[in-house]
Amino acid sequence: MPTTQISLIREHTEKIKPPRALWVPFELGRPLGVPNDAMFQTKVLVAALRLLDEPTGPVLHDFTEEAPSLLKDSASGWACPLDLSTEAVDLTDMEQLRVAFGREFNEMRSWYELGVKRRGRTTFGVSGLDQESIRDFVIGFLDGSLPSNPREDLPLGLMLKLAADDLKTYYFEAATAQPGKVAPSGEVLADWFWQKTLAAKVLRAVKDSCMNSDDRMLKGVGERLLIPMKHSF
Amino acid sequence: MARLDQLPEPMRSHIAGLECPSFETNPWVQGPPLHERRVALVSTAGLHRRDDRPFQIMSSEYRIIPGDTATRDLVMSHTSSNFDRTGFQQDLNVVFPLDRVRELAEQGILGSVASFHYSFMGAADPKSMEVVARDLAGLLKDDLVDAVLLVPV
Repeated sequence: MPTTQISLIREHTEKIKPPRALWVPFELGRPLGVPNDAMFQTKVLVAALRLLDEPTGPVLHDFTEEAPSLLKDSASGWACPLDLSTEAVDLTDMEQLRVAFGREFNEMRSWYELGVKRRGRTTFGVSGLDQESIRDFVIGFLDGSLPSNPREDLPLGLMLKLAADDLKTYYFEAATAQPGKVAPSGEVLADWFWQKTLAAKVLRAVKDSCMNSDDRMLKGVGERLLIPMKHSF
Repeated sequence: MARLDQLPEPMRSHIAGLECPSFETNPWVQGPPLHERRVALVSTAGLHRRDDRPFQIMSSEYRIIPGDTATRDLVMSHTSSNFDRTGFQQDLNVVFPLDRVRELAEQGILGSVASFHYSFMGAADPKSMEVVARDLAGLLKDDLVDAVLLVPV
């Protein structure tokens, strides 16, 4: 079967030597470069497909054009449109964190719903729970005990991972909902979420709960899957 | 930003240290010109239809994505937290260029688009994926596919 592929880590592709590969210099998670730019995506796609015409291989070509301008750092001016509450929260007081997080979560709702309406889609929903159930399920890990599993077909550790992904999706789709704004890079959005939101603080506390659990999968999820390496401190 | 030397630690060391499979041969299969090819997409982004099963941790399975799937029906349950998902949240095509291959087929640049596409979840041992990947090759042949675009995340 003739294959061609996009490569995000050139060093891996050099070792594996697939028949045809196009290395691209884009952020992990964005193999076609940039969202909502069909022309640029098509350029990348055609460059990868044209490798099928190569007479011999293996071939590893470089696509050296950077993704079109994105706001790459916080200093470039992107600010989350959401006016997050700046009240001081004692992070060792789980009841205070629970209440403040609930308030922040509700503040997201209008922007999230605007984003869904504007895009005609949402990527929220991998856990199968609705928004309130996600919030309550994640909060359930804060007091040291484990919440009951809302789905019988999936283990609790995986359910937590999926719920955490849905929680982040809800926040990110809200933060990128404002029409007319240049969308920032994923790095800027991740910095915002992990540095500015109470949701991130809740996930860090949930991670601590998981690490103290006897459940091996929960421990593994807490250790590796809830928080990106870059923000795991 | 996926230049290895520009990734922040500890991501850089983690990715640099990942074991890569090696192969004794370099298979090479050619085919007709691009405008006659039938193209399928195979992703490792952990994509699936909303009502399909989410990927389990270290899963070597794949999920089927019918060619007529609406972009609003696809979600992602990749288990890694170490790549950007905000691009995908804004536009499926930055991860899985389904609309783009359809457009290329309409313009006659590609012959046609496969009836089925597939997604694995890349945070798994590549060796454990070999059996299902061989099955998948058979399914692609049955769909008369003669070009596969492999897309990482």
